[in-house]
Amino acid sequence: MISIVHVSKSFGEHAVLKDINATFEKGKTNLIIGQSGSGKTVLLKCIVGLFDVDEGDILFGDILFNKIPFREKKEIRKKIGMLFQGGALFDSATVEENVMFPLDMFTTMTLEEKLERVNFCLKRVNIINFNHLYPAEISGGMQKRVAIARAIALNPEFLFCDEPNSGLDPKTSILIDELIKEITEEYNITTIVNTHDMNSVMGIGDKIIFIYEGKKWWEGTKEDVLVSDNKEFNDFVFASALTRKIKAYL
Amino acid sequence: MRLFQLIGSYFLLLGKVFSKPEKKRIYYKQTIKEIEKLGLNSIGIVAIISAFMGAVITIQTAYNTENPFLPSYLIGLAARDSILLEFSSTIVGLILAGKVGSNIASEIGTMRVTQQIDALEVMGVNSSSYLILPKIIATMLFNPFLTMLSIVVGIIGGWSVGVFTGVVTTQEYIDGIQYAFIPFYITYALIKTVVFAFLITTISAFHGYNVEGGSLEVGRASTRAVVASSVAILLFNLILTQLLLS
Repeated sequence: MISIVHVSKSFGEHAVLKDINATFEKGKTNLIIGQSGSGKTVLLKCIVGLFDVDEGDILFGDILFNKIPFREKKEIRKKIGMLFQGGALFDSATVEENVMFPLDMFTTMTLEEKLERVNFCLKRVNIINFNHLYPAEISGGMQKRVAIARAIALNPEFLFCDEPNSGLDPKTSILIDELIKEITEEYNITTIVNTHDMNSVMGIGDKIIFIYEGKKWWEGTKEDVLVSDNKEFNDFVFASALTRKIKAYL
Repeated sequence: MRLFQLIGSYFLLLGKVFSKPEKKRIYYKQTIKEIEKLGLNSIGIVAIISAFMGAVITIQTAYNTENPFLPSYLIGLAARDSILLEFSSTIVGLILAGKVGSNIASEIGTMRVTQQIDALEVMGVNSSSYLILPKIIATMLFNPFLTMLSIVVGIIGGWSVGVFTGVVTTQEYIDGIQYAFIPFYITYALIKTVVFAFLITTISAFHGYNVEGGSLEVGRASTRAVVASSVAILLFNLILTQLLLS
């Protein structure tokens, strides 16, 4: 479980996150949603430690992640898998080398064991026979799946996904969403997904947090989304013609 | 003020770069890759430029020393000292600042804007050490070979063009090469090369590592890296010359 307690973050005079409290549960797909510029990526980067918070605490289980020394922080980071918006695969490495990287860096496995693990992870995300291609030689959807394979290579306890569907077609987006949900439940991981895609919200949102102007504005499950009376949240959810039609139909 | 801030950030980055590596075997493999990418791939340009510069130095010296009181072996002597003292270390250093420096800044800068560096950090890898230290070791180990190659090719280039154009004979050229030779000049050239290799790699990596924004900023960082490395080379050339030859 991950908890954030009274987290605030500013860049100069601009306050991006304002006193946010939330709990992200284990074995569930927790979603942070909000408009572009609402602060959800900053929040995710604060949680994984890429940004330092100005105020508040971030707890991984009962460990105060933002206040422990760098060396201890590194140990926690080995339990983290992260899927970045663009995949963030290493350009100069093949698909196989990308997935093998965390194993090379943090395990004492033999080459055969590492290859077995790499092939297992790639098979899990349905990437077969692409081991020796470079990221530039595969599609965007495949890059995302390889990035997921890399993220799960070390059996992480925590999985973070920053806009996993950005730049993907609706069908591939659903595949990626389903994969994230399956992996979360299969390995009992605490997963946090940043998104503004309503398909993801309704498809995989076990717990949803809506960020608006740097504050936590709404919290609930996907079942609560359609019955919410929060104006700002409804403006976000029912912004598209399709979701408005669905609401009218309901 | 901004300059002091930059220098401070540069030394903070160096502090992180020289912290204890996570896994030495991985760093060793990375260093071998970097030697190929930054060193072996520079052999061609260094050889071509050295051959032509050696030739030009020989011809220019010959046409400027037509006085019958000046012995012809001076042509070989001038070519040797110009190549040894300045060309093969400093000028080749400036050329490598353009080639290797822009390569390093754009590679690391692209990794920064495409979040590959963030990915390393999230995994718990010391990204600055992992990305920069193998490059520093590779260039500091390999650039002295490039300098030696440049010296040999430059002198051979000077000899071949000198003989071909008839401005000097082989015997006169060799006499000039051997005349009053000071072996320390080679040490001096190699010391400068190692220092320049460190400056080119670290300054370029610093500019790449701190890129913010998109591809446009990567290009700008690459230009800044080349300019800053070149200025640092010229400054340290002066300092090292004063320290080593005075």
